[in-house]
Amino acid sequence: MPYFAAILTFLLIAMCPHDGVAQSLPEPAEWLRVDSSPVSSDGSSVPVYEGFDQLSPLLRPQADTLHVINFWATWCAPCVKELPYFEEAAQRAWDRPVRITLVNLDFRKQLSTRLLPFLRERKLRTQIVVLDDPDANSWINRVDSSWSGAIPATLFLSEHTRVFVEGSLTRSSLNELIESLLKE
Amino acid sequence: MTMKNRLLPALLLFVATTMPLIAGGYEVGDSATDFSLKNVDGRNVAMADYPDAKGFIIIFTCNHCPYSVAYEDRIIALDNKYKPKGFPVIAINPNDPAVQPQDSFEKMKTRAKEKDFTFPYLFDEGQIVYPKYGATRTPHVFILEKNDEEYLVRYIGAIDNNYGDADAADERYVEHAVDALLRGDQPETTFTKAIGCTIKKQ
Repeated sequence: MPYFAAILTFLLIAMCPHDGVAQSLPEPAEWLRVDSSPVSSDGSSVPVYEGFDQLSPLLRPQADTLHVINFWATWCAPCVKELPYFEEAAQRAWDRPVRITLVNLDFRKQLSTRLLPFLRERKLRTQIVVLDDPDANSWINRVDSSWSGAIPATLFLSEHTRVFVEGSLTRSSLNELIESLLKE
Repeated sequence: MTMKNRLLPALLLFVATTMPLIAGGYEVGDSATDFSLKNVDGRNVAMADYPDAKGFIIIFTCNHCPYSVAYEDRIIALDNKYKPKGFPVIAINPNDPAVQPQDSFEKMKTRAKEKDFTFPYLFDEGQIVYPKYGATRTPHVFILEKNDEEYLVRYIGAIDNNYGDADAADERYVEHAVDALLRGDQPETTFTKAIGCTIKKQ
């Protein structure tokens, strides 16, 4: 019985979509509380990172994992349109080695007035981190040298492949790309 | 090789969707084309209308994009500082109002009035000019230097390195570039990147 409990716990942790980022990234400058419920589930807080250096471990390819990293903001209409596609993609791939991270670029002073109400309303389940580094010229090339800086932008990163897309994805193009990269 | 074959359809799709973003456009050193676009006052504006200018600060910007809005006061300040020295600002809205209604010509007029724009705010009707320049986002700056009959691209990129706080910006790219050109030098930094809104097109 204890074994069963241990395995169950392990499975729950392994399946949790929010797991992982905390292990690879340093302690953020701030946690935004999305859900104020005292017994809230995971995903109740969003870390805010000041400076790209703190987030850069995200861009390290991981063995046997396809990591999809999307750059977005609440004020960017085409970005918001894509969010459900990422949510669906995460659910479709729940039993496969796909990790999705949404890197939010909202203005720091609007986090509590714009981002938090947005997250409360949308109840997004995909991992979200906030990047607050206004000196974008210093880090855009570190994400991808072909990126002009326009959002949305999405990086697909596996151990041996990287695909970068500047501009909008459709539901089908996102799913097709994930499937293709998983088959490698 | 099989791996690549499997990937090919998806990759082709992406090349197709991202192509307009990377195709064409000027690089530093290229000769830029003049334009004749409708200003918010109803009259067309072309660079040729400024016989005494030494160059231009062309800024692709718009009403709706929060980054553009964050830079509005700085764009006015650039015009006030550099127009008398021969480098006026010309702002161009590249967006298709059918996709982003806030960027309609009527709303451009309203915004220009509200903010007392000191510079022309032109509408890239039919989205002809921005692809020639290779603008990909708003705001996106192209500094041109007039050389005989040519407009040579001397800088492409951001206004400075802090969209959120003008006082905290410690790299004022556009000012440095225009100051260098006014001294007869070439800008030290000729190309920068910034986060911005995609140019809205159908």
